[in-house]
Amino acid sequence: MQRIGVFVCWCGSNIAGTVDVKAVAEALKSEPGVVFSTEYQYMCSQAGQDLIKDAVKEHNLTGIVVCSCSPRMHEATFRKTAAAAGLNPYMVEIANIREQCSWVHKEMPLGTEKAIILGKAAVAKVNLNAPLTPGQSPVTKRALVIGGGIAGIQTALDIADAGFPVDIVEKKPTIGGKMAQLDKTFPTLDCAACILTPKMVDAAQNENIRIFSYSEVEAVKGFVGNFEVKIKKKARYVDETKCTGCGACIEKCPQKKVPNEFNLGMDNRRAIYIPFAQAVPKVATIDADYCNMLKNGKCGVCTKFCAAGAIDYKQKDEIIEEKYGAIVVATGFEPISMEKFDEFAYSQSKDVITSLEFERLTNAAGPTAGKLLRPSDGKHPHKIVFVQCVGSRCASCAEKGKEYCSKICCMYTAKHAMLTRDKYPDTDVTVFYIDVRTPGKNFDEFQRRAVEEYGVNYVKGMVGKVTPEGDKLIVRGSDLIANKQIKIDADLVVLAAAIEPDKTARPLATMLTASMDTNDFFTEAHPKLRPVESPTAGVFLSGTCQGPKDIPETVSQAGAAASKVIGLLQKDMLLGNPCVASSNQLMCNGCSSCERVCPYGAISYEDKEFPGPNRTVKVRRVATVNPAVCQGCGACTVACPSGAMDLNGFMNSQIMAEVDAICK
Amino acid sequence: MQMKEYKPLIVAFCCNWCSYAGADLAGNNRLNYPAEVKIIRVPCSCRVNPMFILRAFQRGADGVIICGCHPGDCHYTSGNYFTRRRMAALFSMLDFLGIEKERTRVEWVSAAEGAKFAATMNDFVEKVVSLGENKRLEDLRCKR
Repeated sequence: MQRIGVFVCWCGSNIAGTVDVKAVAEALKSEPGVVFSTEYQYMCSQAGQDLIKDAVKEHNLTGIVVCSCSPRMHEATFRKTAAAAGLNPYMVEIANIREQCSWVHKEMPLGTEKAIILGKAAVAKVNLNAPLTPGQSPVTKRALVIGGGIAGIQTALDIADAGFPVDIVEKKPTIGGKMAQLDKTFPTLDCAACILTPKMVDAAQNENIRIFSYSEVEAVKGFVGNFEVKIKKKARYVDETKCTGCGACIEKCPQKKVPNEFNLGMDNRRAIYIPFAQAVPKVATIDADYCNMLKNGKCGVCTKFCAAGAIDYKQKDEIIEEKYGAIVVATGFEPISMEKFDEFAYSQSKDVITSLEFERLTNAAGPTAGKLLRPSDGKHPHKIVFVQCVGSRCASCAEKGKEYCSKICCMYTAKHAMLTRDKYPDTDVTVFYIDVRTPGKNFDEFQRRAVEEYGVNYVKGMVGKVTPEGDKLIVRGSDLIANKQIKIDADLVVLAAAIEPDKTARPLATMLTASMDTNDFFTEAHPKLRPVESPTAGVFLSGTCQGPKDIPETVSQAGAAASKVIGLLQKDMLLGNPCVASSNQLMCNGCSSCERVCPYGAISYEDKEFPGPNRTVKVRRVATVNPAVCQGCGACTVACPSGAMDLNGFMNSQIMAEVDAICK
Repeated sequence: MQMKEYKPLIVAFCCNWCSYAGADLAGNNRLNYPAEVKIIRVPCSCRVNPMFILRAFQRGADGVIICGCHPGDCHYTSGNYFTRRRMAALFSMLDFLGIEKERTRVEWVSAAEGAKFAATMNDFVEKVVSLGENKRLEDLRCKR
C-alpha cells in the first residue's frame, strides 16, 4: 500500500478563486492510500517545494499527488522535488485543476466538485504507480552516411568537421551522385562540377571520413547509439590501394561497346572504366558483365598495361562489419521511366530525351563535348520543345506517373531553355507548362529572365502527342490561354520527367525500420518540427530521399541532419524515457500484432524457455521491447490480444483506475 | 423536474501532445465548457484501449470522447490512424448495443485549437444531454 501525500495549490487566486482548495484537501484525505493532505498558496515556489520535501520525510510518503496547474507546466518541477526528497520522480502525479478546471468553470461548487474528482483520479493512479528508472545505453561515436551524392557528402563533411568519424557508403564506383551529371546549376548558372568536385576531394582527404564506394548496406541491427551494420564491398577487380587512376588500362581495353550509364547510355565506355574524370576515388572498376576475362577467361590486356599491378581478377565481394551511433539516409532520387509515356514517343525516337539526358548533351564532359546535337543524326536542332510535368502532378494517371510535384523541373527547364538560347540564339525554344512554380530565392527572377531576356516561348498547356515524321517530331498541344490547338514540328523534344526515390530506398527502409510514405519517400519524425529525423531514433534524413528538393535545399537539410547527428554523438550515454512499453512474457502468445503496429521497430521476438507441466521446459516465441527504441505511444498495448503488452506510466490498470475514479 | 437536475458524466481522453495541450489552451484563454467533462491524459490517442471506454460506460458514463492530433500530425507518426479505425469499429458495435453514436466521438484537436476544444466539448455535452441519461451498459453491481 502506498503512503500518498496530497498537495493542493491555490495558485494565488487562479485556482482558489473558483475552487475551494481547503475542501479539496479535506475531501482527498479519506481516499485510499492518502496519509497526508494539505494546501498552500504557491506549491511551485521554493517554500511550496520545501513543504512537499518535509512532508515526504515526516510522513514517510511513497507517492505524491499535486493538484495544481497542467502537468505540461510543472510536472518536471515536482518530479525534481520528489527526487530531491529521495522519492522516485515517477511517483508523482498531477491533477490539472487550473487549466482544465478553475479557468474554464465559473461557479465555485462546480469547480470544487470537479477538482475533487480529478484529485481522486490522480490518487487512484498513484496508488498503482511503480518507481521507474530510465534506461541508459552508450553511444558509438561514429556515423554512417548511406549515399554519396551532394546530400551525403555535405552531411559527412559537417559531421567530420565536428570531429566525429564518418563512413560514406556509395553503391556506384564514385561519389558525386546526380549532381556530378549536371551541367550548370540554377539560379546562378555556376557549373555543377566546379562546385561539387572540390567537395568530393575534401571528403576523400578528410581524415575523419572513410568512403566505401561500389558498396551497399547489407544488414542493419541494433538501435540508436548502437547500430551494427554489414556493408558489402562489391568486387571491382582492381586493388583500390594500388590503382593510381592513370587510365592506361581503359585505353587498351578491347571491349568498347558498353553503354555508358554516366551519360545515360548516349555513348559507350570500356569494360574497365572510371565513370568520369574527377571521380572519387579515382580508381578503375571492371564491369563483370562485359569483361572478356571474367566472362570466359580470354583477354587480360589490362593486367599487361597496369604499371601498378592493381588488376585482380580473383577479387571477391567483401563484408565489412562496423558499429555506428547514428545513420543518415541520403539515397537520393531517380527520374521515372518514360517507357509508359507512349504519347511522347520516347521509345520511338532518339530525339525525344529526358532533361537529365539534356544535361549530359550540354555538358562539356558529355558525349557531344557540350555541343547541343540531336542524338539521332548529330545535327544541330533548330526547334526545341520542352514538356514540363511529365509524370508529375499526375493524379489521373497514377499508374504511370506520380501525384506529387517534383519541384525542381520548372527551374531546370527554365535553365535549359535559357542556356540553349544563350549558346544558340537561332534556336526556337518552346516550353509547355501547367503552372510555373518558382518559389525560391532569385528563382522567379530567373524564370522571368528566360522569358523576357532570352525570348523563350512559354505556353500554358499540355502536350497531347508527339509523332515522329521523317526527321521531325510533330508536337501537338494546347495553348490554354489563347484557347487553341498548337502544332510544332520540332527537332528535339525534352521531357521533364518526374523524380522518384531511388529503388534501393525501400529495402533499406525495411532494414532500418524507418517509415516511408506511399511514394517511397522517407517520412520525417514531424513534418514541421523534426524534418531531418526519421521517426526511428538514430536515423536521420538528408536530401531527396525525404522528398523532391533542389541543391540549396538539399545542402541545408544535409547540414541540419549533420547537426542532429553531432548532437547525438557528443553524448556518452543516452538516457531513455522510462515510460515505454513492456511485455509480460508469461502472457504473450507471440502473435506479432504488436510488432505490426509499432512505428519504431522497437519490438522483436525471442525464443524463451518457460516451465511446462511435469518439470518439462517449453520454448515459446515471445515479444520483447527495446526500451531504447520505444517512444511510448502505446499503440501495441491496444493491439495486443492477450493483454501482455503494457505501457509504463500509463498502465492499463492505472487508466482503468482513473476511469473508475471519475465515474464513481 | 428530474430532467433539470440531470448532469451528464463525460470522460474525455486527450493525447498528451495535441489535444491535452489544446485543452490547456482553452483554459489559458478562459473558454468555458461544462464541468461535467473530465479529462484523462494519455500519451497518444492510440493508447485508448476499447476496454477503457466500455468500463466508463459500465460505470455510468453518459458520453466518451477521444481527442488526438490531426491526421498526419501525430507525434508518433501513425497513432491517430489506429485510433480512427479502432474507434469506428467500436462505436458502431456500441451503437448496435444501444449506445447511440452521439455518445461517442473521436475529434482531432491540435495544441493551437483551444477554441475548438471548448466548442467541441460544449457541442458534445449538449448532444449527450439531449439524449438523456445512459443506463444501457451500466453494471448495477458497480454502483456504490
